[in-house]
Amino acid sequence: MEQQKFKTVGIGVTFSPNLKANLYESARLTLMYGCKLILIHIGDPSEEKEAKFKEILAPFQSQGLTFEVVFNTGEPVNAILQTVAAKNIDLLILGALKREKFLKYYIGSIARKITRKAPCSVLLLINPSIERVPCKHVVVNGLEHEKTKEAIAAAFFVAHALKSDKITIVEEIKQQEVAIAINDDKSLRKATLKKEKLRRREDSRIRKLLDAIPEIQQKNISVNMQPIFGKRGYSIGHYALVARADLLVMNAPEKTGFWDRIFPHDIEYILSELPTDLLIIQ
Amino acid sequence: MSPKKDTSKSFFKALPKNIFSGFVVSLVALPLGLGLAMASEAPPIAGIIAAVVGGIVVSILGGSHITITGPGNGLVGVLLVAITTLGLEGAYAAIICSGVLLMILGLLRMGALADFFPSSAIQGMLAAIGLIILGKQFHIMLANKLTFDNSFDYLLAIPETISGIFNYENMGLLYAAFAGIISLTIMILHSKVRNKYFQLIPAPMWLVLLSIGFSYYYELVLKMPNPIAPAYMLSGIPTAGEIVSQIPTPNFSSFFGMPFWTSVIAITLVSSIESLLSIKAVDQLDPQKRRSNVNRDLKALGLATVGSGFLGGLNVVTVIARSSVNANNGGTNRSANFSHAVFLVIFIVLFSTQLTRIPLPALMAILVYTGYKLASPKLVRKIFSVGKEQLLIFFTTLFVTLFVDIITGIVAGVLVTLLIHAFINKGVSFFLKNILKPNVLMYHEDNAKGNYYISVKHFCTFLNYFRLKQKLQAIPETEDVVLDFSLCHFVDHTVMENLHGYQEVFLKRGGHFELIGLDLHDTKSEHPFALRRLIPGLGLLTKNLTKRQGTLKEIAAKYNMHYEAESAQNAHFLDSFKYFSIKHIDYVYNRLFNTENTFKMFDVDYSEGEFIAKENVHTTMLHMKLDEEIPAFTLDREGFLERVYAFAGFKDIPIANHTDFSKRFYLLGENEKEIQAFFHDDLVRFFESNPYYHVESNGTALLVFDKERIAGVKEIKALYDFGRRLREVILQREIAVV
Repeated sequence: MEQQKFKTVGIGVTFSPNLKANLYESARLTLMYGCKLILIHIGDPSEEKEAKFKEILAPFQSQGLTFEVVFNTGEPVNAILQTVAAKNIDLLILGALKREKFLKYYIGSIARKITRKAPCSVLLLINPSIERVPCKHVVVNGLEHEKTKEAIAAAFFVAHALKSDKITIVEEIKQQEVAIAINDDKSLRKATLKKEKLRRREDSRIRKLLDAIPEIQQKNISVNMQPIFGKRGYSIGHYALVARADLLVMNAPEKTGFWDRIFPHDIEYILSELPTDLLIIQ
Repeated sequence: MSPKKDTSKSFFKALPKNIFSGFVVSLVALPLGLGLAMASEAPPIAGIIAAVVGGIVVSILGGSHITITGPGNGLVGVLLVAITTLGLEGAYAAIICSGVLLMILGLLRMGALADFFPSSAIQGMLAAIGLIILGKQFHIMLANKLTFDNSFDYLLAIPETISGIFNYENMGLLYAAFAGIISLTIMILHSKVRNKYFQLIPAPMWLVLLSIGFSYYYELVLKMPNPIAPAYMLSGIPTAGEIVSQIPTPNFSSFFGMPFWTSVIAITLVSSIESLLSIKAVDQLDPQKRRSNVNRDLKALGLATVGSGFLGGLNVVTVIARSSVNANNGGTNRSANFSHAVFLVIFIVLFSTQLTRIPLPALMAILVYTGYKLASPKLVRKIFSVGKEQLLIFFTTLFVTLFVDIITGIVAGVLVTLLIHAFINKGVSFFLKNILKPNVLMYHEDNAKGNYYISVKHFCTFLNYFRLKQKLQAIPETEDVVLDFSLCHFVDHTVMENLHGYQEVFLKRGGHFELIGLDLHDTKSEHPFALRRLIPGLGLLTKNLTKRQGTLKEIAAKYNMHYEAESAQNAHFLDSFKYFSIKHIDYVYNRLFNTENTFKMFDVDYSEGEFIAKENVHTTMLHMKLDEEIPAFTLDREGFLERVYAFAGFKDIPIANHTDFSKRFYLLGENEKEIQAFFHDDLVRFFESNPYYHVESNGTALLVFDKERIAGVKEIKALYDFGRRLREVILQREIAVV
């Protein structure tokens, strides 16, 4: 298939209480995308562990799941990133806890560190479950950015594969772009008109992007556009929470350093309070 | 949003009305200005200078519409401190510096400053100022001048002063005390008497007129000297020429000292808070429902204060009582403020010598009343009903302000509020973590209704209310807004109160503002502030019906109507009537209504004016919904006042062939042609042959009432009968047209 976005799905696994749920989720996704699953385990290889994974994944094997277990040792973040590169993984699934403790935010958990450094797309699962929870509503960012085209295409691919009903493309417009201070009725009127203009500009930009999406993927999916005037990155997360989205698709961050975490912007906001499952497109 | 209007044309059309309103305001401003200046121990004329400079500068450069500017009551306390520590000339220098600071605040767009203080702390600060004014002036009002260091001592000495009256040996003092008592009585009773002619002159001006009349009576009729002790007469009113020649030079010698800057900061803090709160409140009174440019107003106020300081005047702030008088008398634009300043100049030029005939106790009675209103027990009760913790904030601010000073007081209020919030939420990390986050999301929902949706995360208190406010400001008040707090763990009283204000504004301007997501907080009882805020008017009526209510119930049964004694939550069906456009409806109760709710009679409590000019009115009214559209109009009995109004630019619509009707009735409305067509012969004859009622139409419904008081049972029956027959006459006419 020409629109095959992902060929190899990787998942970092540890023996945590969430193991079964994480594996189930990733196995289901792998089947739906029609690709191959690679389990990455940081630790010494052992038959026992492999047997355990196989046992969990047994129900999916009958449905045609192909998977491989890779053992690697060393510092977890580097080890996982190494495997990703070695195995050509293009989608890495990580389980995330919904909230981190205040102090931890500055250090960053393993999952988040990987997210920041990963060369491939990353899917963060906040609430993995053994039973399938249908993914009904996908929210994707529509920032004016070169990577946005990719993100929207991926959102459609995923939505189509997961049979979602609805995609909302959120255009975050910086407050600065309105550039009118609202003081009284007159400036309010001006600002409202300016916003309307920006909204239309954004809409036409997104429509152009939509033309590139194959017809088949747009079928049975209602597409909404929602312009939001607010802080970039933060408001889309807030919106995804309010709109009860099941998956949020975002561009990968440009670069993030220490200062970005202290003065968060864009994706850092969402990482600090994950609203839903998050797919970061590289 | 309204379309753009031809501004210059409508400006000139409204000019006579505004000049009239400015005149009435100047009647209040003159005695108030003198009194406020004296209370701050500045020369009395300083208050008038502030009002004149403020009126002229702010009306030209300001950004609000119907506000009146002049010396403010909140500043009495801080100015008093400034004058006693720095001397009069030093205080002028401090006033000038605070004016500059105010301009800077305006330039930095700090119009949101007042939002950063918890509302209970601000209330506490204002109440403390009220007590300072009341405590000090009470003694002068009773002709017993005292000097203490601490403002609290003045309050403690009040009983002594009262008992002291009975021991006055000096008749002059006794007369002075009497003047004070009578003046205070007039101030209190003025709002209770609903007589048009009596009300035409504001209470403070009654005092001035009566005392000048009294003085002339002694001089011309009795040929005796004024019996009031000369020490308690207003003195030191310079003539216009003297004012110009005696402009004081501000003394900047203490510019580098701490006390100077403490005063400057205190003055700036209080004047900006007072102005910002007043502007916010006055915007709600604006019949044309415009939004003020707060930052521009701050800049203008700052400039006016600088000018006033150089000319020997006090600080210029936006004042609520005078502004509400302006709204009540038909002021629609800034020319009212300008003309109030011009009239003050005329008064001083023409009558400055007459002013010395005013006894001091009469002026001080105005201030005592002002102080009482700022710190009234009603206010304390209101705050208590919101929550005990609010009372703690209130009293902390109040007492620290009384015993230390204003800045320490407000800081203490903020600290206590923070402590209470931390206690309720069991820690501060919740606040620290989220304070910098842009926690408000607003978007225009893309559905059929096209409403705005706002979601607030984490917490929303006075600390980060400005974020929410920023978003709210960006929504035209004619739109529908849904504000969702379900993701927000904590909302404080300051926010709830401010939102309540927004709700009122949106409703008045045709929009809709809904708060959702607070139910959850209720059940978890994490929400003590909001919880109590959301049940207004509780405990107003008991289960025991009065005799009148019992009779109303019987009448309802007789006329096949329903009766409900409790206050109705929704009184907004009255909002669209012109009569209520500058009035605040408190509640509607004792309702008699038919099954379709198209014909209802009710008692309504409403208030007009703000602060010392506030009047609470209870009236019985009849509201009839009509099936057809009719033109909007107001019909009332023609009287002397209406002729005065007509002079000021209100237009009575004449009805052809019914000169008697036109002479007896006063008919107002926008669409003259339609109204003339609507008042056909039968309807005119109906009005001519029936008792007078005030009848008003908003296009789809009629509002009928008689006097501005609660009607008796017999009057209710008459009102019912009148309404029914009026409806028949109108409906007949509709049928005839069809």
